[in-house]
Amino acid sequence: MKIPRFSRKTLCIPYGVFLVFFVLVPMLVILFYAFTDSAMHPSFENFIKFFSDLTKLSTIGYSLVIALVTTVVALLIAYPVAYILARSNIKKKYIVLMLFVLPMWINFVLRVNALRELFNLLAQADGLEMIASSNYFKTIFGMVYDFLPFMILPLYTTMMKIDRSLYEASADLGGSGFTTFTRVTLPLSMPGIMSGVTMVFLPSMTNYVVSDMLGNAKVTIIGKFIYDYFGNDWHMGSMIALVLLVVVFLSTWLTGGFKAEENVRGTNL
Amino acid sequence: MKAIAKKCLKAGFVGLVLLLLYAPILLLAVYSFDKTNLIGQFRGFSFEHYINLFTDQNVLGMIGNTLLLAVVAACLSTLLGTAGALGMYYSKKRVKGTMTALNQIPVINAEIVTALALTVTFVAVRIERSWFTLIIGHMVICTPFVVLSVIPKLKQMDGSLYEAALDLGASPFKALLTVVLPQIVPGVISGFMLAITLSLDDYIVTMYTRPTGFETISTYVYNATTKGNAHTAVTLSSFWALTTIIFLIIVLFVVCSNLVGRKKKEEGK
Repeated sequence: MKIPRFSRKTLCIPYGVFLVFFVLVPMLVILFYAFTDSAMHPSFENFIKFFSDLTKLSTIGYSLVIALVTTVVALLIAYPVAYILARSNIKKKYIVLMLFVLPMWINFVLRVNALRELFNLLAQADGLEMIASSNYFKTIFGMVYDFLPFMILPLYTTMMKIDRSLYEASADLGGSGFTTFTRVTLPLSMPGIMSGVTMVFLPSMTNYVVSDMLGNAKVTIIGKFIYDYFGNDWHMGSMIALVLLVVVFLSTWLTGGFKAEENVRGTNL
Repeated sequence: MKAIAKKCLKAGFVGLVLLLLYAPILLLAVYSFDKTNLIGQFRGFSFEHYINLFTDQNVLGMIGNTLLLAVVAACLSTLLGTAGALGMYYSKKRVKGTMTALNQIPVINAEIVTALALTVTFVAVRIERSWFTLIIGHMVICTPFVVLSVIPKLKQMDGSLYEAALDLGASPFKALLTVVLPQIVPGVISGFMLAITLSLDDYIVTMYTRPTGFETISTYVYNATTKGNAHTAVTLSSFWALTTIIFLIIVLFVVCSNLVGRKKKEEGK
C-alpha cells in the first residue's frame, strides 16, 4: 500500500470532518425537525402554525424591539466614547480603551450577577424603586452594559483609520464642526457602525441569560422562546430556531458581514 | 476657556461611562469583605466569603470544572483550528470557500440554536451527554474564532519562504513546522486567548451538553439566581469574592504587561 505523501492541504481534513459532523449535520437535523410532525412525516404544519399564531409573532416582534432599543442606546453611548478617544491627543489612549474592555474578562454570568446586586440595592433607595424594579429597564440596561465593548471596539478601529488631514481639509474649506462631522466623520465611520450594530443586535435578540437574571424571566426574547419550546415540542422549537437563523443570516448579510478581528476583547490591542 | 470646558465635558462623559461599567464590580468587591451576605449596609469587615471560597468543596469543584473545561476545549480548538486554517489556506478555491462558509455558521448563529442543534443531533444518534459532548460543544463555538484569527496572519506571510525551505531540502512537514508556524504564532495565541474567554463565559452551550451533575461557575450562578435554593445565599456570596479576585488578577495582568512592554521599548532604544 502506498503511504500518501504529506501535503499542506491534508491539514484541513480533521477540521473539515469536524465541521460536517458538528456544524452542517446539526443544521440539517434542525431543518428536518422543523418540517416534520411528531410522527416524523414531512409536514408544513409548524410553518403554517408559526406564521398564523399572533402570540408567537408578537413575541418575535417584541424581541426585535428590545434588541433595537438596546442597539440604539449602545450606539448612542459608544459613538461619542469612540470618537473622543480616537480624536484625543493623550498619550497611551489604548490604556483608556483597555479599561472599557477589561470587565469583559470577568465571567459573563458573574458580571450580570454583579449588576443584579446593584439593582437590588438601588431598589431599596427612595425614588429609584420604580426604575430599579422595572424588568424591561433592567434587561435593556444589562444588555447595553454587557455588549457595549462590542460596539466601542469596531467604532474605535474604524475612526482611527480616518486620515486626520481630512478634518483639516474640511475646516480649510469652510466646513463647520457640525458639517465636518456629518460629511466626513459619520460617513467614514459607517463600516464600524455596521459591525458594532450587528454584534450588539444579534446577541440582544438571543442571549436570554441577561433577560432571565435581570428581568426575572418576565421578559421573553426569541432565544428564551426557543428554549421554552424545546421543553415539549422539538418540531416547533426547530421551526422557531430556523426562523431565527434566517433573521440572523439576513441581518448579517445586510450589514456587511462579521469581522472577526473586531470581536476580540482586546486580545489584539 | 471654551476649549477647557469642552475637554472637561469629554473627559467627564468617558469617565461617567467607565464609572457605570465598574460600579457593579466595585460594589461586589466592597461587600465581599462584609460579614453578612446582604448588600446595602456594611456590617463589619471579615474574610469569611474568601475563606468559604477556598474551603467549600462545591465551589472549588465548580471552579476546577470551569478551568479544566476551558483549557481542554481551548487547546483542542487551537490545534484543530490552526491545522484547519493552514489546510484551508493552501486548498483549492472550492474546498476553501465551502469551509470558510461552514466556519462562519457558529460565529453568527445564536448560541441557543447551535446548542439545540447539537443536542438534537446527539439524541438522534444516541450519544449520551458526557465530557465528550461538552467538549465538542465548546469546540464548536471556539474553533471558528481560532481559524478567523490565524487566516489573516497566513495572508500577511511571504509565501516564497516556504518554497525556499523546500528548495533547501526541508520536507514539507518540516518546512511547515519551522518556517510557516513561527510566523503565524501571534494569530494562534490570540485565537487561543479568545477560545479560553469564550469557553469561560459560556452558559448556554454548557447547559445543554453537560453531563448530569456537572456544574461550572456560569451554570451554578445562573441557576442559583433564577431558580434559587436553600443554601444559595452563602455560596453566592463566595462568588462575590471570586469576582473580586478575578478582577484583581486581570488588573494586575494588564499593569504587568504594560510595564513589560515599556521596559522592552526602553531596552530597544
